[in-house]
Amino acid sequence: MSKREYIPLTSERIRELTLKANDIRRELVKMFGIAGGGHFGGSLSAVEIVAALYFDVLRMSPNDPNWPNRDRFILSKGHASPAMYAALCDLGFFPRSVLDNFEKPGNPLTMHPNMHKVPGVEASTGSLGHGLPIGVGISLGARLDGRDYRTFVLMGDGEIQAGSVWEAVMCAAHYKLDNLVAIVDRNRLSCDGLIAELQCQDPLLPRWEAFSWKGREVDGHSVGEVAAALRAVPYEPGKPSVLIANTVKGKGISFMENKPSFHRANISPEQTQQALAEIATRREEWS
Amino acid sequence: MSKEPIIYHLAKDEQYEDLDIEKALTREAWSVALAEMAEERPEIVVLSADLIGATLACRFADRYPERSFNIGVAEQDLIGVAAGLALTGKIPVVATFSVFLLMRACEQVRTDICYPNLNVKLIGTASGLSFGLGGVTHATTEDIAIARALPNMVVIVPADYLETAQAMHAAMARQGPVFIRVGRSAEPVVYATEPSFEIGKAHQLREGNDVTLIGCGVMVFESLRAADILRDQGTSARVIDMHTIKPLDAEVVLTAARETKAMLTVEEHTIIGGLGSAVAEVLAEAGVEVRFKRIGLPDIFATSGRPDYLRELYGLNGKAIAEHATALLDK
Repeated sequence: MSKREYIPLTSERIRELTLKANDIRRELVKMFGIAGGGHFGGSLSAVEIVAALYFDVLRMSPNDPNWPNRDRFILSKGHASPAMYAALCDLGFFPRSVLDNFEKPGNPLTMHPNMHKVPGVEASTGSLGHGLPIGVGISLGARLDGRDYRTFVLMGDGEIQAGSVWEAVMCAAHYKLDNLVAIVDRNRLSCDGLIAELQCQDPLLPRWEAFSWKGREVDGHSVGEVAAALRAVPYEPGKPSVLIANTVKGKGISFMENKPSFHRANISPEQTQQALAEIATRREEWS
Repeated sequence: MSKEPIIYHLAKDEQYEDLDIEKALTREAWSVALAEMAEERPEIVVLSADLIGATLACRFADRYPERSFNIGVAEQDLIGVAAGLALTGKIPVVATFSVFLLMRACEQVRTDICYPNLNVKLIGTASGLSFGLGGVTHATTEDIAIARALPNMVVIVPADYLETAQAMHAAMARQGPVFIRVGRSAEPVVYATEPSFEIGKAHQLREGNDVTLIGCGVMVFESLRAADILRDQGTSARVIDMHTIKPLDAEVVLTAARETKAMLTVEEHTIIGGLGSAVAEVLAEAGVEVRFKRIGLPDIFATSGRPDYLRELYGLNGKAIAEHATALLDK
């Protein structure tokens, strides 16, 4: 696998990426505000991961969304689509007016993303546990074609309860897919509450490594840490890579953080304004 | 509660001991046809889930091991991997028993293949009664209904070896998901030479103006046998090989409904949701009046047994079909 060239990860670069993450957070709150509600928790927890991928790690060409050598990103936790939409719009995959009509009738941006409607979306996701098997297939395809692009699959920690994920974990290891990267947005909450009370997943990283993956663990809200970790893949030649990103569900909006009720919730115009004010304050701190 | 009768298997082809029937493995035909195409089409890849041998995918895999993937007993992953390969421009052909393909991995087939309309071909083997010895866990008589319900899916049930090969060619020439349903045992040869094959265009094998028999899969052969019996009794039976269940050839159905007095559908499937249902929908919506009967399994799981035994037990052979046809005409 060829070595990638990246912009040095200086404090200025990290500041830029942090501001991008903040912008994604603002845009997704606005999108949910337009829609009257949405999957706040899992979208907000994924923001820094999405920012690091789209603004630092992924090799892509917004003018040519189907460029064969692009890195692939599959948002397996499709309910976090607004975070991805915000990044794609910022990069110029589609115009701003599309973003401003999220979930409106006929608008291509739907609750769960449709690859045939939105440029830059690699797979139609939303049903949990589907993204990693698809990622395995794409990685095998890359190998057959002799191409050096990588495939990144973002899953939630609730999602990885699905047996299909572990079928794909075994399969990726069998084929030694070191062009495949799984990212777990570990916010520790799922639809019904605390994951540890539903199905305990500890110790998580050793489970992946027991299946012959190589992994790292980071603070999923430090965009610098996430970017550095994703730049470093594969962690071991001949093994697929997993990044456990420890996150907070609802991150960045005080009244949503760690609240299971904000997995998916409706939101009043006043709450939207409060959320946007908190995000604006954070932007000022970083500017 | 009545007990099931004790099963004694019939000797091989006992019911046709008067005939010298040529038989061939439909589950081999798709794989051999695919291997013939493979050299000129490097985008073809084959996947299975620990059934490369049992589906005879090995006819391809042995020649093209670098383009064959055995995903193990993991059907959900199998379908997702096929979807991913399709996203890179490959044409994945996935073969496993229908029951695992369309039931264990039903949601993946629907959401990962049919919804994005990916170019993946699905070969469901051990369908119908052909692997009757495997019983309910391995043989399926509900798969046509499931496949038919999925948007974008083409559903083909070929009659014999050569038609299966032709169906494979047609599936590869078409963009989008196609399900081809085959059996397990060697089945009688219907076509001595390669038939022309167009998806959605049925083959009328026998002219007739008293009754129409519409069959799919191995039931095409049994319908021909029924037509022979009926002919000896002075009844003229039209026989149609409805190899494509979706999209259905409505024209051939409606023409037959107008030109014959009665119509029977015959399938190795329950009578719910398969060929019979598809034909009934066409008849009902067209408002054509014709005596009509679906022959297949009633709403039950078949017992275990050899195919010929099961076909006799459930009235899915030429003799029983002919009796049903006569009864329908006499009604």
